[in-house]
Amino acid sequence: MKVTFPHMGRAWIAIKSLFEGLNLEVVVPPPCSRRTLELGVRHSPEFACLPLKINVGNFIEGLKAGADTIVTAGGWGPCRFGYYAQVQRDILTDLGYQFDLIVLEAPDSRLSELANQVRALGVNISYAGMLRAIYRAWEKLKAVDELEESLRYCLPRVTRPAEAEKVLHEGLQAIEAAVTAREIRQALKMGRSRLEGLPYNREPVARIGLVGEIYTLLEPSSNCEIERKLGYLGAEVHRAVSMPQWINDHLLGGILRVDSSQEALECASPYLNDWVGGHGRETVGYSVKYGREGFDGVIQIGPLTCMPEIVAQAVLGQVSQKEGIPVMTMYFDEQTGEAGVMTRLEAFLDMVQRRKQFAAAR
Amino acid sequence: MKTIGIPRGLFFYYYYPLWRTFFEKLGVQVVVSAPTNRRIVDQGLLTAVNEACLPVKVYYGHVLDLCHRGVDYIFAPRLVSVEYRGYICPKFMGIPDMLRAQIPDLPPLIDIKVDLSRDERQLERDVFELGKLFGSDRYKVKAAWAAGQQELEEFRRIAAVGFPLNQAVTIWERAGEAPMASGDKTRLNPGGENIRTGGEASEATPRSSDLTIGVLGHGYSLCDAMVSMGLVRKLQELGARVVTAEMLKTDEVEAYASTLPKRMFWTLGKKNIGSALWMDEEPAVDGIIYLACFGCGPDSLVGEIIARRVVNTPFMMMIVDEHTGEAGVVTRLEAFYDMVARRKNAV
Ligand code: SF4
Ligand code: SF4
Repeated sequence: MKVTFPHMGRAWIAIKSLFEGLNLEVVVPPPCSRRTLELGVRHSPEFACLPLKINVGNFIEGLKAGADTIVTAGGWGPCRFGYYAQVQRDILTDLGYQFDLIVLEAPDSRLSELANQVRALGVNISYAGMLRAIYRAWEKLKAVDELEESLRYCLPRVTRPAEAEKVLHEGLQAIEAAVTAREIRQALKMGRSRLEGLPYNREPVARIGLVGEIYTLLEPSSNCEIERKLGYLGAEVHRAVSMPQWINDHLLGGILRVDSSQEALECASPYLNDWVGGHGRETVGYSVKYGREGFDGVIQIGPLTCMPEIVAQAVLGQVSQKEGIPVMTMYFDEQTGEAGVMTRLEAFLDMVQRRKQFAAAR
Repeated sequence: MKTIGIPRGLFFYYYYPLWRTFFEKLGVQVVVSAPTNRRIVDQGLLTAVNEACLPVKVYYGHVLDLCHRGVDYIFAPRLVSVEYRGYICPKFMGIPDMLRAQIPDLPPLIDIKVDLSRDERQLERDVFELGKLFGSDRYKVKAAWAAGQQELEEFRRIAAVGFPLNQAVTIWERAGEAPMASGDKTRLNPGGENIRTGGEASEATPRSSDLTIGVLGHGYSLCDAMVSMGLVRKLQELGARVVTAEMLKTDEVEAYASTLPKRMFWTLGKKNIGSALWMDEEPAVDGIIYLACFGCGPDSLVGEIIARRVVNTPFMMMIVDEHTGEAGVVTRLEAFYDMVARRKNAV
């Protein structure tokens, strides 16, 4: 059995570690590229949301690279994600691929359900062995997230942003190669101190909160590398959602002491008073929170036709007005062009800066 | 007497008899927005976010129509789920908040939450709260709700006879005033006699063939002539007998839907997939058309599932939005109709 899985940003580092810890042979799909997107778009339903399409591309490339089993996640509504795997299976089967598909269904409440699913996946693995694998994957997930956060801080400040990105990549490689929890922490510490040691010569032009649908937030190939672009343009970016936080909130019921979205969710009222699937409520809540914390602007991103984000977008106008923070919405699909994205980001940052200067002058 | 406005959109076509009866029994006067017209559509387009689907935009238009009529309240429930473990669409879950954020000077919304995905307790509570708002005690609320349910069943019986939901609404409303005229039934399937004039090529398939076409999609799109471009009527004018999901037996539809490898959690998706699979195996159905709105999330997957599984019967997906032209719809329908007719004659 050789397993592959869909990409979502840099989650692959933790997923690979988890599967290897379960004694599985792992085929990490090639990084998301133009080709991945093309493959996905060609074979997926035209009007499906972008993550489904990119995933199909990942699966095809993973199977071509020798995998025979796909592991992915599922759910029970209300949004499309819960039915992704079913449609993807139809697509790949009709294309003639032979494979097993294992869907980890998000448990309604009980974590043990998921643990059992994970254990069933493993080969000759004891309960303790499984826990060790989970623990190590979790440590890696956190380390990657923290290193990325350091980069978001550095990018708008350092003299040579490209150098900072190089340091990040080396840091990620070290995290990936690490075996023990101690090594993982060491790799993180090292990467961080190297980032901090880079020459700085500027201050960010703006502080921007990035909110929206989780996949689009985490997977740079699905958002025209918006985080990177903003960093290069001199904006300090805060991303509303992270993997560790999502796992803590959705799988562990918020028991861990990592970041939780609880506080932000409370901020969503009275603008959005209920859950609307996906990350709609988080989007609204974080926009309010960023407004109250004095950020200069909020950018909402998601795949075109994303239902929860459309609901959020409808109330964000009011949030912007009442909380006094500029908000811009950007949707992405296979036709989104780099140049157009860049122009909109530049225009938004310009506006935000002028607004800031105007406020300071008064 | 207080007035409450009910927008003629979204789940209006599935639940109106229940809502109307309930509010009237509570002593509230019900005002329904006008049937969708150009002005309602335009106002909706102007107010809703551009990325929303057409039915949601049209719903905005209906709410605005009610605002102009000066009603005291507008009934815009938060519909999360109408059955155990089933959902409708994320947009339905956010609709009251969306309206409040985007329509200035909105009368108070009655936005009770309908969520039957787990149980009925919370809905019951909300319904009693609602009754209190209109000064009714528990007893009166209970009776009003029961009467509403009864009317809903009556309405569903009418639809099951073979009336599209919008016609069923009209018939149900008229039945409340006078006994239903038996002549009403002739409005169904006028096909068969239509004789087309004009210079058709001689080998063209005669239009008078009595084809049966299954028409699927969301009730609020199919029933709204401005959204569906009069799809059902146009098919009937071409001479087709139209079958919709409401005319099929619920348990049979459920049984077909349950052949999917994973339980379908969208209520409308399940109904449409089950109906499509039923129709696919029913020799009397000659073709199936699925009407979807551009940008509809659930239908982007439901349509795909159906397209891959309907194997015996010609299937066409028709996607409409506010830019869809009437002429294009007619052309596509005629082409499909001819193809189905040719196929039938060949057998
Ligand atoms: S949240 Fe958005 S991207 Fe995710 S399944 Fe729903 S529509 Fe698709
Ligand atoms: S189900 Fe589709 S058409 Fe209906 S509201 Fe949702 S997205 Fe719009």
